[in-house]
Amino acid sequence: MENNETKTKKEKVPRQAMPAQEPQIRSRNFAEVPLGYSPETAILEASRCLHCKKPFCVDGCPVDVDIPGFIALISAGDFAGAARKLKETNALPAVCGRVCPQEDQCEKLCVLAKKGESVAIGRLERFAADYERNSGTVTIPLPPKANGKKVAVVGAGPSGLTIAGDLVKIGYDVTIFEALHQAGGVLVYGIPEFRLPKSIVSAEVDYLQKLGVQIELNALIGRIKTVDDLFADGFDAIYLAVGAGAPVFMNIPGENLNGIYSANEYLTRSNLMKAYLFPQYDTPIVRGKNVAVIGGGNVAMDSVRTALRLGADNAHIVYRRTEAEMPARKEEVHHAHEEGVQFKLLANPLEYLGDEKNTVRAIVCEQMELGEPDASGRRKPVPTGKTFTLEVDVVVVAIGTNANPIIPSTTPGLETNKWGNIVVKNEGGATSRTGVFAGGDIVTGAATVILAMGAGKKVAQAIDEYLSTKSKG
Amino acid sequence: MYQITKKEILSAGVIRMEIVAPAIAKAKRAGQFVILKINERGERIPLTIVSSDDKEISIIFQIVGKTTIAMANMAVGDSFQDVQGPLGNPTEIENYGHSVCVGGGVGVGVVYPLAVALKEKGNRVTSIIGARNKELLILEKEMKQVSDRLFVTSDDGSYGVKGFVSDVLRKMIDDGVTINRVFAIGPVPMMRSICRLTEPYKIKTIVSLNPIMVDGTGMCGACRVSVGGKTKFTCVDGPEFDGHEVDFDLLNNRLKMYLAEEKQAVETCECGCHGK
Ligand SMILES: Cc1cc2nc3c(=O)[nH]c(=O)nc-3n(C[C@H](O)[C@H](O)[C@H](O)COP(=O)(O)OP(=O)(O)OC[C@H]3O[C@@H](n4cnc5c(N)ncnc54)[C@H](O)[C@@H]3O)c2cc1C
Ligand code: SF4
Ligand code: FES
Repeated sequence: MENNETKTKKEKVPRQAMPAQEPQIRSRNFAEVPLGYSPETAILEASRCLHCKKPFCVDGCPVDVDIPGFIALISAGDFAGAARKLKETNALPAVCGRVCPQEDQCEKLCVLAKKGESVAIGRLERFAADYERNSGTVTIPLPPKANGKKVAVVGAGPSGLTIAGDLVKIGYDVTIFEALHQAGGVLVYGIPEFRLPKSIVSAEVDYLQKLGVQIELNALIGRIKTVDDLFADGFDAIYLAVGAGAPVFMNIPGENLNGIYSANEYLTRSNLMKAYLFPQYDTPIVRGKNVAVIGGGNVAMDSVRTALRLGADNAHIVYRRTEAEMPARKEEVHHAHEEGVQFKLLANPLEYLGDEKNTVRAIVCEQMELGEPDASGRRKPVPTGKTFTLEVDVVVVAIGTNANPIIPSTTPGLETNKWGNIVVKNEGGATSRTGVFAGGDIVTGAATVILAMGAGKKVAQAIDEYLSTKSKG
Repeated sequence: MYQITKKEILSAGVIRMEIVAPAIAKAKRAGQFVILKINERGERIPLTIVSSDDKEISIIFQIVGKTTIAMANMAVGDSFQDVQGPLGNPTEIENYGHSVCVGGGVGVGVVYPLAVALKEKGNRVTSIIGARNKELLILEKEMKQVSDRLFVTSDDGSYGVKGFVSDVLRKMIDDGVTINRVFAIGPVPMMRSICRLTEPYKIKTIVSLNPIMVDGTGMCGACRVSVGGKTKFTCVDGPEFDGHEVDFDLLNNRLKMYLAEEKQAVETCECGCHGK
């Protein structure tokens, strides 16, 4: 009887909404959009969890977070304990709670999702991690006994940061080499402040350094040192986590006009270089009044929402299919709509027109319609022959990225596929070169933060096995 | 932190600096560059590595905008927050026979390491360096040391031959001097005119391009240029290209992308110098 009562009570609690900045206000500032749960809301939301015997949600998490476990600790009011529980398997919960596509992962498989609304796992994850960071309850574990072996990690994105943390905790001497002047990879140069405050990333990086990870910034491997130089310097194994960094352009006429950016450049200027604070910060960015972003993924949504915040009167998404086929997270598309982004759908750029100063002034687009499904199962856009022109002064091309060629071209014997991604033989990230491992976007092509982190975790185990057997043999 | 150990004024508005950066100094080869950033708020700007010893690299810059004005105000003992490099591909250096190194303005600083490397490989090196006037000429002594022959020009005739570096090269070609390869580095109009001059004679001409950059690692595409009708990223595919294939108009246009913002940056700069 009593049991039944709690059950009905539980079902009554609806999924707790996330407080957020109002769209009209937030679309003009760079502060974070969702504001985070209060402790009361978090406890209420946590109370919705049924603590299933066989928690399906965990199957959906690439790094096997003990989801019911951390949620139970939140219900009990032990927020710091919840954060520690998360960190047993996920090095960056404050990041993942914000940027994971939970609707396709943990929350998709939650039993409550079938009946209606899943537990808000991501929001709870964010709450616990933020609580820990803000309350200063972060604890640094005692350093393990050094095993005398050195591992070099190339790239300080989520994959590189994860493996560095895992290996340093079991006694390895770990150095990360990062090409840019700041660690974090896409987390610092790509994902905007309004979705992931940079202070969170720097807190995570600080924590790793406190654990003993060394980070060498401004070190582009392949130029300052090659992979073989790193072996010569005494590193016993190398993990390549260099991301999917090279922007793709459409190669259509006018694409090199002034005012046309790759999404990487636009976002790097705004995020990493803080061009949105120009002239307090020195890096400029063109603040367009009429901005068009080409593409329909998360990167396109980040770019178009950045354009609004930089003062655009009209910020357009130009996408060649319809909203149903957009690869961006639903939540991001929803936020973009709320903020006033205009969607030009079934539109494919053919050409850019410039003014007398060689600055872009318009895009000529072809009107498309949906045809038969293609290999991806999405209906393929086909040209109708009709065109229209869109007046613009800034364009951001966000149609994807390729692998960066610097490491493969300076590492003899490192096998890549036809897109330039590094080929790995197994889940442990072994490449065609002994002692060289790879993971994250450089292997998979542009994917997600959590998959890049998952690869870092698996490769950490593989490197540990490799170096343990190597020293015995 | 990357400390300045030496600062020297080469000519009006042109400064040479030595900066402690041992790993870069060790790895660098002729033709490569660094990207530096003064402090937290600074922008990232590319500069060629002119020379290096075990510990330091040397750079030369002209005072043109907010960052270079601020750099000019830095003193020995001050440090850059970030120096990233070496970046870009090293110059392909072989013994080509007779190589001509042409440098204009601060471009002389960029062509200098090439002249050194070409000489070491056994080339006969003729150098032609020029500036608007005598005061703006740099590295004459150094260039003389590494060249079999050195010509100096000034636009106004205040020093050396009156005229442009291209005039000297044209005369050499007209005189029937065999030239196996030309390296031309300087302002865009200069590189363009040298390339127009050598093209009919099929003299391979290498230029080093200086577009706007951000990361220098091939990640952003700010540095894109058109070479042989194809888009290339200067920081990974260059900085040197076959000059006969380069679209100099595009390079020139793209270099002007932030003129308004650069002006604003100088005007609002807190140092109070207003660019003077
Ligand atoms: C704008 C944008 C928004 C995104 N939003 C989301 C999101 O909401 N959720 C999500 O899950 N995913 C998102 N992603 C994808 C996600 O960020 C990536 O999948 C993830 O960052 C990949 O991690 P990584 O460690 O493999 O590589 P990266 O994060 O790309 O890091 C690679 C690092 O290596 C460095 N590097 C490269 N070459 C060298 C070299 N030769 N030597 C030294 N260092 C080098 C780079 O500078 C970089 O710091 C987004 C991506 C972008 C661009
Ligand atoms: S890490 Fe991502 S997938 Fe795993 S529980 Fe957290 S939000 Fe869900
Ligand atoms: S400077 Fe960014 S790609 Fe070259």
